Amino acid sequence: MTSLQTPGTRRRIALPPVRGPWTEALYNLLAAPAPAPARADAGAGAAQPAVPLGDVEHLPYDDDLQMALYLCYELHYSAIDGVDERMEWSPLVLMFRAVLEEEFERAVRAVVPAPEPTPTSVGAELQRLVREDQGPPLSRRVETQANQEQVREHVIHRSAYQLKEADPHSWAIPRLTGAPKSALVEIQSDEYGGGRPARMHAALFAKTMRGLGLDPTYGAYLDLLPGITLATVNLMSMFGLHRRLRGALAGHLAIFEMTSSVPNRRYGNALRRLGYGPEVTDFYDEHVEADAVHESIAAWDLGDGLARIEPDLAPDVIFGAQALLALEAAWAQHLLDAWDSDHTSLMRPLF
Amino acid sequence: MPDEEVVIVPYQDGPYLIRGPVVLRDQDGGAITVSRRTVALCRCGKSRMRPFCDGTHHVVRFRAASSAESPPGHARASADDGSGPTEE
Repeated sequence: MTSLQTPGTRRRIALPPVRGPWTEALYNLLAAPAPAPARADAGAGAAQPAVPLGDVEHLPYDDDLQMALYLCYELHYSAIDGVDERMEWSPLVLMFRAVLEEEFERAVRAVVPAPEPTPTSVGAELQRLVREDQGPPLSRRVETQANQEQVREHVIHRSAYQLKEADPHSWAIPRLTGAPKSALVEIQSDEYGGGRPARMHAALFAKTMRGLGLDPTYGAYLDLLPGITLATVNLMSMFGLHRRLRGALAGHLAIFEMTSSVPNRRYGNALRRLGYGPEVTDFYDEHVEADAVHESIAAWDLGDGLARIEPDLAPDVIFGAQALLALEAAWAQHLLDAWDSDHTSLMRPLF
Repeated sequence: MPDEEVVIVPYQDGPYLIRGPVVLRDQDGGAITVSRRTVALCRCGKSRMRPFCDGTHHVVRFRAASSAESPPGHARASADDGSGPTEE
């Protein structure tokens, strides 16, 4: 098992097997020589496979499309085996990504509730969304009933984000100003351990994975992750990498923090119920306390504060919040449905 | 920054956030360990790790304005927006 000590490791992932036409088309692009800058439009049409995109409401669940989009984003987070690092800014890859993003954003906008008239207080509206959220009771189920395998599956799903925890939201730092920027940096500083590498949340998560007998290597379980899991991470990468969507990113982070403390206490309880000690529960215990701090900062100083400076972004803040709730609910339901029918919630059983 | 001021902000429907060089002690003078720069103290009373906030205010649907409350008929001057206490 790869050690993941606090000094950090070089991120590098391997391309999973082709899942269908989207991943195949992307892999063909990635295998080609990096294009010369002046030739951006050459061959762009070849980037898209000739396949129908299907129902818009299915797109967040499309295992192939979400993997292709996830890997497009991974070019910004990680090295990829056999892929020229210049592919991160290949116009052809970016044009390919744009097709996926356009469809994904359309799909997400289709599943969130119709926008209310712009609220007078974005912070209060974020709180209302959390209060009235009817998401599936995944954390209660894990706390009281999940077995060893289900707890490990849950952790594997979350590894798609937690091993790079906070990174997607950091993209927004240079796109904000004043109090909202300060709020985001205050949160991110905590996420990254406040100057203590061993306390980085991603490092705590790696420790949890090790304690559960899982491989904490970045990307180790990528091939096991279904589209809906990848979609929850693609959502934040998309919001983070588009300045246009900085309002949505702020709303996303606000809800993420506001819905974190209580579930994380339950996940910690689940591990204690199964006999695991502080080494394994540290990640969850830390989040109970940290996110109790972060949620107010994210809702009011970041989300509400951004909407005060840029009132035209208020609907986007709410959209980002609703999008997170919708995709997290779909993901949670996927896990519960799989477990209810005694199936793995991963693409295939872990063992 | 030895002269940095301590600021306490009660957030709407949420905890008190404390920033600055603050020391927490129990009533016998024993230190209460503060492990982060910004601390959230429980305001709803239902946290399971008091005096710190653990997010339980969502579960109990705690409601409170951020600004100072002024009970009806109370002479206290405030810039209250009229929302006042909204406990459910």
